Amino acid sequence: MNVRVLLLLLLMMATPALAQGFAGLGGDAQGFAVPERGVALSFPQDHDAHPAYRIEWWYLTANLKGADGQDYGAQWTLFRSALAPEERPGWQSPQLWMGHAALTAPQRHYSTERVGRGGVGQAGVTLAPFSASIDDWNMTSRAPVSDDALSALSINAAGDGFSYNLNLDAKGPLVLQGDHGYSVKSAQGQASFYYSQPFYEVAGTITVDGKEIAVTGQAWFDHEWSSQPLAKDQTGWDWFSFRFASGEKLMGFRLRDAGDGFTSATWIAADGTSEPQPPGALTVTPLAWSDVKGHRVPVQWKLALPAKGLDVTTVPVNADAWMDTQVSYWEGPVRIAGTHPGQGYVEMTGY
Amino acid sequence: MLGQGFAVLLSHWRRHKLQFAMLVLGLALATALWSAVQAINGEARASYARAAAVVGQDRLEQLATPDGARLPQSTYIALRTAGWLVSPVLEGEKRFGGERLRILGVDPVTLPADAAQVNVGAADIGLQRFITPPGVFIMSRETAERLKGIDTPPIRISDALPPGTVLTDIGIAQQVLDAPGQLSRLLLAPKQPAEVRPLAQVAPGLVRRAPAVESDLSRLTDSFHLNLTAFGFLAFAVGLFIVHSAIGLAFEQRRPVIRTLRAVGMPLRALILLMIVELLVLSTVAGLIGVALGYGVASLLLPDVAASLRGLYGAEVPGTLSIRPSVWGLGLAIAVTGTLVSAAARLWRIASMPLLAPARPRAWSLASERALRLQAVGGFVLLVAAWLIAQFGAGLVAGFAALGAMLLGAALILPLALSLLLKLGERLSQGVIAQWFWADTRQQLPGLSLALMALLLALAANAGVGTMVQSFRLTFVGWLDQRLPSELYVTTRSNDESQKVHDWLASRSDAVLPIWNTEVRMFGQPVQVYGIADHATYRQHWPMLEAAPDAWDSIASGQGVLANEQLARRQKLTLGDMIPLDGGHSLPLVGIFSDYGNPKGQVIVGVGLLVKLYPDASRLRYAVRIAHDKAPKLAEDLRGTFGLPDENVVNQATIKAFSLKIFERTFAVTAALNVLTLGVAAIAIFASLLTLSGMRLSQLAPAWAMGLTLKRLAWLEILRSVALASFTMLAAVPVGLGLAWMLLAVINVEAFGWRLPMHVFPMDWLRLFLLAVASAILAALLPALWLARRAPADLVKVFANER
Repeated sequence: MNVRVLLLLLLMMATPALAQGFAGLGGDAQGFAVPERGVALSFPQDHDAHPAYRIEWWYLTANLKGADGQDYGAQWTLFRSALAPEERPGWQSPQLWMGHAALTAPQRHYSTERVGRGGVGQAGVTLAPFSASIDDWNMTSRAPVSDDALSALSINAAGDGFSYNLNLDAKGPLVLQGDHGYSVKSAQGQASFYYSQPFYEVAGTITVDGKEIAVTGQAWFDHEWSSQPLAKDQTGWDWFSFRFASGEKLMGFRLRDAGDGFTSATWIAADGTSEPQPPGALTVTPLAWSDVKGHRVPVQWKLALPAKGLDVTTVPVNADAWMDTQVSYWEGPVRIAGTHPGQGYVEMTGY
Repeated sequence: MLGQGFAVLLSHWRRHKLQFAMLVLGLALATALWSAVQAINGEARASYARAAAVVGQDRLEQLATPDGARLPQSTYIALRTAGWLVSPVLEGEKRFGGERLRILGVDPVTLPADAAQVNVGAADIGLQRFITPPGVFIMSRETAERLKGIDTPPIRISDALPPGTVLTDIGIAQQVLDAPGQLSRLLLAPKQPAEVRPLAQVAPGLVRRAPAVESDLSRLTDSFHLNLTAFGFLAFAVGLFIVHSAIGLAFEQRRPVIRTLRAVGMPLRALILLMIVELLVLSTVAGLIGVALGYGVASLLLPDVAASLRGLYGAEVPGTLSIRPSVWGLGLAIAVTGTLVSAAARLWRIASMPLLAPARPRAWSLASERALRLQAVGGFVLLVAAWLIAQFGAGLVAGFAALGAMLLGAALILPLALSLLLKLGERLSQGVIAQWFWADTRQQLPGLSLALMALLLALAANAGVGTMVQSFRLTFVGWLDQRLPSELYVTTRSNDESQKVHDWLASRSDAVLPIWNTEVRMFGQPVQVYGIADHATYRQHWPMLEAAPDAWDSIASGQGVLANEQLARRQKLTLGDMIPLDGGHSLPLVGIFSDYGNPKGQVIVGVGLLVKLYPDASRLRYAVRIAHDKAPKLAEDLRGTFGLPDENVVNQATIKAFSLKIFERTFAVTAALNVLTLGVAAIAIFASLLTLSGMRLSQLAPAWAMGLTLKRLAWLEILRSVALASFTMLAAVPVGLGLAWMLLAVINVEAFGWRLPMHVFPMDWLRLFLLAVASAILAALLPALWLARRAPADLVKVFANER
């Protein structure tokens, strides 16, 4: 899902819309294309950018185990934010790009960001071969031409005190979220196009404060685009991507508003078959709160999806996983216990 | 008791209103001139700082080509994709209407926070509007005023930008400056990632440049501001003379009051405290008035200063003054401190005065001849010091130190010199009245000496600066004739047009001489490189100061370089020295030419060599030789054929007139400060005469008693004042000449890098002499009138009172 962060370079746009929802995501569509139910996604075209939509992201999170025996987490995200629903040549391009990269170690969380403009070659997405990049950060396809471009990727990023180089190989199919990729985000009908690749096996190296560590693990990729993913009264969201030991997976989110909020979930079988759950079927409950960089954030959760007999709690690898970026939020790896043990990622915005 | 004591002390001023007025006026004027100069300098410096701070140049390291040439945008992308956090900047100049603007293109998205003075995301701008054609021009309010009615992209106002500078998006700037895919430099974010590929690998053509702590602009204009500051100090010093004499007088006159106060039991400490409080109040009031006056003076002068700085250095300074509390606060502090220092000696004397000292209100303890001699010896020592500093010192500060020592030394010698002159007058004169006149004048000398010294300073400064300015003008006009021999000067708008214009002119004129140029960094400073063609125009007219015999042949064959005087002086270059050009080329210096009014170093090479070494050099300008009477017609045709704007085809006369206008405005400020300083000196004399007149009764009464009418005495008073002013003027001439020599041979060389021949203008001195006499008459008029109207009873009383 995610309504992941969408962040946007919106800070720079700093329009009055900022007052609406998190990072201005509750604004009107204003001439931008709006996702419609029933439109079939097609690949590889839909791996590319969709400049007619206001926002878009390519989002990868990885739960890693180091050769040193410690748990790590890695995040790699490229956001696109359009000032106008079109592409123009050179510096005139209204497409703005932002990269977020993070490495979570049990003792410390590293995060950094990059920004750039479209049109001049500093940042963007290309299809043949598939590559999403900003500055020296890249997410590049290693797949043979006959396979889906996302079936094998390499990603790299570097920031203050950390860097990583990871190879990802998908062991399952792409998963369309919501109704064949049409993911509803509020009772009023705000929606996005959204698909995932949750089946990555990962191998590579991370560098923490100059020390190189070999890692292996699993990763989850999301690609989502929209023009007004939040309703005006929605203030933020809590998003969960869980991989259970059984091979089953769960994507779930809660969009918060003044009332009960809006929850949605997709249950993914071990073979990749997805079962969208009706709004409200998933319940999420904060169990413990923590002060992180001046923000009061729930760091332990209880999630229940009775239809699947799911009743689990989460514990973060590092509770201080605050993304100290221009648009800031909490994003980090968690361990899962309960009816379905496993591991995953949690993202919390608007706190 | 304290309150009553204070009232008693203050009552003195009620009885001596004019003395009070003089004290306040003197202090106020001195403060006014000083703070006016400081305010002007402050405004200019703030403007330079704004210019330097634009896009963080004063805080951020930068990447640029070694010679300052533009770099391709692909280098920027290469650096970003190698991990370097850099942000592109494109800078250039562009005329809109008649206004020349410095266009600064930035990428607001990657711009480091340190470099973002303007919030592009603000509601009235908006990132989208900023980056989408036609874009947005952000500029200062003043610049926007200048552009009223001229067609530009939408304008937004920001006070963070210096005048004449436009901040816009990098893409818009590339369009406006016709530089697609080009950048001027890259700003380095303060914190770079640990793992980046080495610069030498990614962008071998670029060098790291440290933040410009001191901008070229502020370095270039330093001398100009130091000049102003020196004038401000001079005015303040002259003003302090007034304060010193007025305070001294008041203290002497109040001796009886002080004795009485102490006799009735007021403790000495309380008394001194009261007097200090009194001085503080007085000086604060006068300082406040001075600061207000200074603001007015600065507002009046600033447009001229701004015009000079723009003309001389291309430095943009706003024509309106902003209130800077630091400047005005300092002005006030200086006024108070100056007053306390002036009064310190008097307070000390009161502190050490016996309780019942005789209360003799003598105006001034008459200085003995010996004291005068001692003072003169001090003066000579200062003159010698001035000479030594001028000989062996280096730098502008040494120059001004020598200047100050010379002026002060001359001032200290003045009383003895006048005394000797008066003695001579006494010896040469015949008749009792004449002899009494000289003797009495000499007796008054100590009382007037401070005021006369102030007058000497003012007159000498006037004569000296006047001589300097006139010498400069004479040289400058002659130099303009040499430097601008061609009839027309053409500026084309693009390389393409340049070629067409050249071809078109070739068949219609006697010669078309390219004036192509570029700017590079040489010897760690910006240096202009000009390429000129081999032509008789240059061989015959170019203002060479020094040249090898075959200089022009060397230039023509690309074997030699000419340098302007300021570069040669700054780098201590002599003929034959090797000048480092680009591409590892070094060529010998074959000539040095005078280049007045140019703040930058300049070298000249053959045009062929320029094009070879600097392919990016601007090739837009030409000088055209043609018969004088045909020039206007050709200019008209040229404009018509190519649609060139008026300002792109200029005839020789227009450039000369423009250069002279800049020259005049530059020295308009000097002239204004000169007149004001003289005014302060005149007030100093007036104040001294006025206060003396009150106590001269005892000296005049005997002369009156012996038959001199009051009217006659009054005339003699005026005559005395004129005589003293005239003598002072006589002394001022050599001092002024010395000053002019110092300015031309020491200060100008240090400040601007050129030395001018000195010319003497006796008619100017005559005018100054008349001015001095006139001010002396004016100063003496009121006291003389009072004397003439004095009731005989007052004079008789002198003999009745035992004083």
